[in-house]
Amino acid sequence: MSNIMDSLYNMRLLDDLARQDTVIHKLHPLVKLLATVSYLTVVVSFGRYDIGGILPLVIYPVMVFTLAELPVKPIVLRILLVSPFIIGIGILNPFFDKQIFVLGDREISRGWVTFLSILLKSGLTVTAALLLIATTGMDRLGSALRMLKIPRIFVLQLLLTYRYISVLMEEVARTLRAYSLRAPKQKGVHRSAWGSLAGQLLLRTFDRAQRIYEAMCLRGFAGEYNTGGFGKLRIGDWVYLAVWFLFFITVRFYNIPMLIGSLITGVIR
Amino acid sequence: MHMADALISPVVGGAMWVATAGVAAYSIKKIQTEMDEKKVPLMGVMGAFIFASQMINFTIPGTGSSGHIGGGLILAILLGPYAGFLTMASVLTIQALFFADGGLLALGSNIFNMGFFTCFVAYPLIYKAFMGKGYSKRRIVFASVLTAMIGLQMGAFGVVLQTLFSGKTELPFGTFVLLMQPIHLAIGAVEGLVTAAVVTYIWNSRPEIIERAASGEAIGNVSIKKVVAGMVVIAMVTGAGLSWFASSNPDGLEWAMIKTAGTAELEATGTLHQQLSDLQTKTSFLPDYSFKASESEMEQVVGEGEEVWPAVSGGTSTAGLVGGGMTLALAVLMGLGVSMLKKRKNRFSA
Repeated sequence: MSNIMDSLYNMRLLDDLARQDTVIHKLHPLVKLLATVSYLTVVVSFGRYDIGGILPLVIYPVMVFTLAELPVKPIVLRILLVSPFIIGIGILNPFFDKQIFVLGDREISRGWVTFLSILLKSGLTVTAALLLIATTGMDRLGSALRMLKIPRIFVLQLLLTYRYISVLMEEVARTLRAYSLRAPKQKGVHRSAWGSLAGQLLLRTFDRAQRIYEAMCLRGFAGEYNTGGFGKLRIGDWVYLAVWFLFFITVRFYNIPMLIGSLITGVIR
Repeated sequence: MHMADALISPVVGGAMWVATAGVAAYSIKKIQTEMDEKKVPLMGVMGAFIFASQMINFTIPGTGSSGHIGGGLILAILLGPYAGFLTMASVLTIQALFFADGGLLALGSNIFNMGFFTCFVAYPLIYKAFMGKGYSKRRIVFASVLTAMIGLQMGAFGVVLQTLFSGKTELPFGTFVLLMQPIHLAIGAVEGLVTAAVVTYIWNSRPEIIERAASGEAIGNVSIKKVVAGMVVIAMVTGAGLSWFASSNPDGLEWAMIKTAGTAELEATGTLHQQLSDLQTKTSFLPDYSFKASESEMEQVVGEGEEVWPAVSGGTSTAGLVGGGMTLALAVLMGLGVSMLKKRKNRFSA
């Protein structure tokens, strides 16, 4: 139950954030999508042991956070909640790779380094995905997908799913509340009600889909979900994209922290 | 069972994206030719239903715990494989975007693992084969449980293979399989039982929904011949892969990487190695910078087909730590600077 409310709150939060009007929000959705995808690719392309090289990529989420004026706390909370699977898989690394290396005057096993690298990558990739939706919103993302020639049926279907999630989640929440009032002190739905509870919901979903379709037809639905559309890319969009591309490529090919560090330690000596 | 971006390599993620896009394009073509537009809103609302019903906890008898459904099988049964696959794809896309359940690069893998195996392999080969003889409660339960379990087993095995080929985890193949498969046997059983309960209920109250879907009317049918042909290809590829695993030294990940994903990794390390030595020549004027001594060691490692272990010694590790700290501090400073500038600008404009 609280789970549903959490999810609903989460979606509405991201929806609200996406409705802001900042430099980042004004950018063309296609540009944000491309920047995000290339960012993810660069983050993931680093080797298992390469933690230093990834660090400059922290700048991307930091800049998007500040330029888009997003609240850090609720989004970071989401990121921390995510992926027990990753920690579960990653935490086993130190047990399987015990080779020791020396860092400063300490001995650390390689497994911890790979674990740390997985955690870091997970944090960065999850943040980037959330930032994309928090600065773009689903409808505009849909129009970006159409510009990328993703077939109409899929985009339409995706946007409809998104549109009706909150409706159906509220319905499920009401149903579960009614059920729990009639079946107190019960953890979940009893086996005897599995079919009827979910089945009733499903039947209502079918009928709702029929009504929605009829309503859409009455309003002139001809197979296209019109999102208002976006014009051509403006100069600002091109600059945004170019700057990040350049930055990502530089970070990928030069280990910047190592350069800075060796400069400083060299100067000190 | 959602794969995360952090566990996948660009090569594996890209390959799975291509595979998924292929299946999706084929499904869309099928829907366009065999289905009317009426079904698109149904697909959309069904996707939302699956999303919402994943929040329902079903008490598992005799265990005291509860589970929820994934929904792939229900979608395949009610919408047919093509629309079911596409609907599952959009559910997973929204999960990845809003809940970070599985990453965007790993989305191709996730759609394939949770959509393809259930909709295009388990459903037509098992469920439809059983239901061809007509509906009965017992048959629905048996077919649903078997289909869900086998579909999930294949999906879980997909997760294992994709993670291992990506080479981000140190888990040996055997351990990983032992971690993943049994738990997904249980998850599959619950999925199958809940699906059976729902399908039976609908079959009792609105049989026409089930029958229309089952007959493939206006919703598309999978040709068994094509599925079998596809399965033969997949079986051959997996067989070849497995025989690799089974031969001489089946000792987990290191080995699997060298033999299978080795080529991609080697290419990557080749360029990385090149960059590192470039970097070394550029920075060698710095005193005490100890890259040189370790070059031979690095080459040896690369020769073994492993990723480059950054040559670590007193000098480099200090430089790395200092530089890493500086980079992070720089990132924070940039953020603070921009937000201060923005605030000042707002104050002036206000």
